[in-house]
Amino acid sequence: MEQKSYLITDETGIHARPATILVQTASKYDADIQLEYNSKKVNLKSIMGVMSLGVGKDSEVTVYAEGKDETEAIEAITETLSKEGLTD
Amino acid sequence: MSKILKGIGASDGVAIAPVYSLEEPDLSFDNKSIDAGQEDAEVERFKAAFNQSKVEITRIRNHAEESVGPEHAAIFDAHLLVLDDPEFLGPIESHICNDQKSAPQALLETRDQFVAIFENMDNEYMQERAADIKDVSKRVLAHMLGKELPDPSKIDTPVVIVAEDLTPSDTAQLDKNFVKGFVTNVGGRTSHSAIMSRSLEIPAVVGTKEITELANVGDHIIVDGSAGEVIINPTEEEVLVYQDKEAKVQEEKAELQKLVDEPSKTMDGISVELAANIGTPDDLDGVKSNGAEGIGLYRTEFLYMGRNELPTEDEQYEAYKKVLKDMGDKPVVVRTIDIGGDKELPYMDLPKEMNPFLGYRAIRMALDNQDLFRTQLRALLRAGQHGNLKIMFPMIATIDEFNRAKAMLIEEKDKLVDEGEKVKEDIEVGIMIEIPSAAIIADQFAKVVDFFSIGTNDLIQYTMAADRMNESVSYLYQPHHPALLRLIKMVIDAAHKEGKWAGMCGEMAGDAHAVPLLVGLGLDEFSMSASSILKARKQISELKKTDMERLAQAAVECSSTEEVLALVEEYTQRA
Repeated sequence: MEQKSYLITDETGIHARPATILVQTASKYDADIQLEYNSKKVNLKSIMGVMSLGVGKDSEVTVYAEGKDETEAIEAITETLSKEGLTD
Repeated sequence: MSKILKGIGASDGVAIAPVYSLEEPDLSFDNKSIDAGQEDAEVERFKAAFNQSKVEITRIRNHAEESVGPEHAAIFDAHLLVLDDPEFLGPIESHICNDQKSAPQALLETRDQFVAIFENMDNEYMQERAADIKDVSKRVLAHMLGKELPDPSKIDTPVVIVAEDLTPSDTAQLDKNFVKGFVTNVGGRTSHSAIMSRSLEIPAVVGTKEITELANVGDHIIVDGSAGEVIINPTEEEVLVYQDKEAKVQEEKAELQKLVDEPSKTMDGISVELAANIGTPDDLDGVKSNGAEGIGLYRTEFLYMGRNELPTEDEQYEAYKKVLKDMGDKPVVVRTIDIGGDKELPYMDLPKEMNPFLGYRAIRMALDNQDLFRTQLRALLRAGQHGNLKIMFPMIATIDEFNRAKAMLIEEKDKLVDEGEKVKEDIEVGIMIEIPSAAIIADQFAKVVDFFSIGTNDLIQYTMAADRMNESVSYLYQPHHPALLRLIKMVIDAAHKEGKWAGMCGEMAGDAHAVPLLVGLGLDEFSMSASSILKARKQISELKKTDMERLAQAAVECSSTEEVLALVEEYTQRA
């Protein structure tokens, strides 16, 4: 099991567009991937799950991945978060 | 038997095609449990509906990307993910298999759970996402029930659209290769759908009151946008007559096409500028093919509509840059945001008003929402170096409003310079004249602004105190009334006295009865739907400025529209 925490710095938080790309990224991996915010965990392959967390600016989130490609999954997610301007 | 229906001709031309109804089908169903053993078949039904929906949304997405750009297509990517969402699919399947619910019932119960989550969030943007889930679910439900949803962007055969009305986002998705014309129940010549039909150059008849009652899918229909007539299920003879009429329209068009590269000059050699009104960079094709000498009105609010969040500075910059670059050294007048009133933005939470046209809109809202306004001003200032930009503020009533808007523009310019951005020095800044108060003190405004552009649609409704959406007072919509002509004269004279220019960007600028008057009053720039430009150019070339000056002088002394129109007839026949 891999996990990593991030601080969301984007003005509008995880809104529709970055959420879409995040879910698309996560869905490429076999590992079970979860996103935790405010002690609530959702499936990172579920767009409605991710959106329903309502992650705003200055929130800390944690991603958990479990499965044979968990390391690659976390790497790809870290890159996506940064490329979409969600993290610094 | 054919049936003839009268309406208001919104955009010239003739279209003959089958009906495409934008009315929503009845999506109700019988809520009863499925029989034991039926589960697998029901799961199949649910999966098939999801797959059909995916194919459809992918097509809408690709269409949107091509016609309105990737930023508008992005929301459909999210819609596609909803259809793949394991947290959505799982409960639906479980409702079917474990609770013996029918596929539609399982879908709606699961949908409602998610909708409730989003609707109860305290963030308005997230609350709006509930609408996305409903939208996607409706499409799936329609497939489960074997019903077809109307969707203008997925039209891929020639049709005439029939609808109660068309919204801005409907029209943004129309492809004029397939949509040959449209007919609506409501609206007038200046309603949104009518204006869009002219920009798209497709024949349209609006305000027919009962087209959705009378025309059905499967019917053939003739739309005669010039006469404001619609014929449902025409006879063969009628089709021939109209095909003939359409051929004549095309012939006239070809004749006008010869004027594309000609200058706009009166018979006695006085030049005016004929410019186009546009809403998005997509309209540039029409601008070029109709030989516009500039853009007299770029309505920027389309950048803000049909989406879920404010456009960023960079997105706006790209749109403005595209238009400015494309137009080269020809002038481009960009109107800053004109939102509020009847043009709503779901993500902005503007209050509903009793009297939206007299309310919180345009510059009034912009001065109050400085972040939004300054972002637009920065994008404009940065884009300015790519062409001949002029910035125009809408709905200005007082000089103080103009001064405040201009001060923000200068502040943003100074900031950009400090940040090391290149900003052009001599960008002209003007105002729209739509409010009688601004017309009345145009002499004072002329000292501080660089130009005026008269927005006649609003100026008429404010001068006559007649809501232009209200059909029972539409007789007061009188562009040729002497009261209005006097206001226009005041504005043009005031501009010229200070060495400034005056234009017009309302529908009146392309009106065949108004053009002679406006030439006579000395209007410098006429901005209209691109499709009206060549006709206006031809008309102007047949007018003598000196005669039109006499006409205008006499017209402002008239006491009624009828008298003015009679004078126009007299003077133009004489020529």
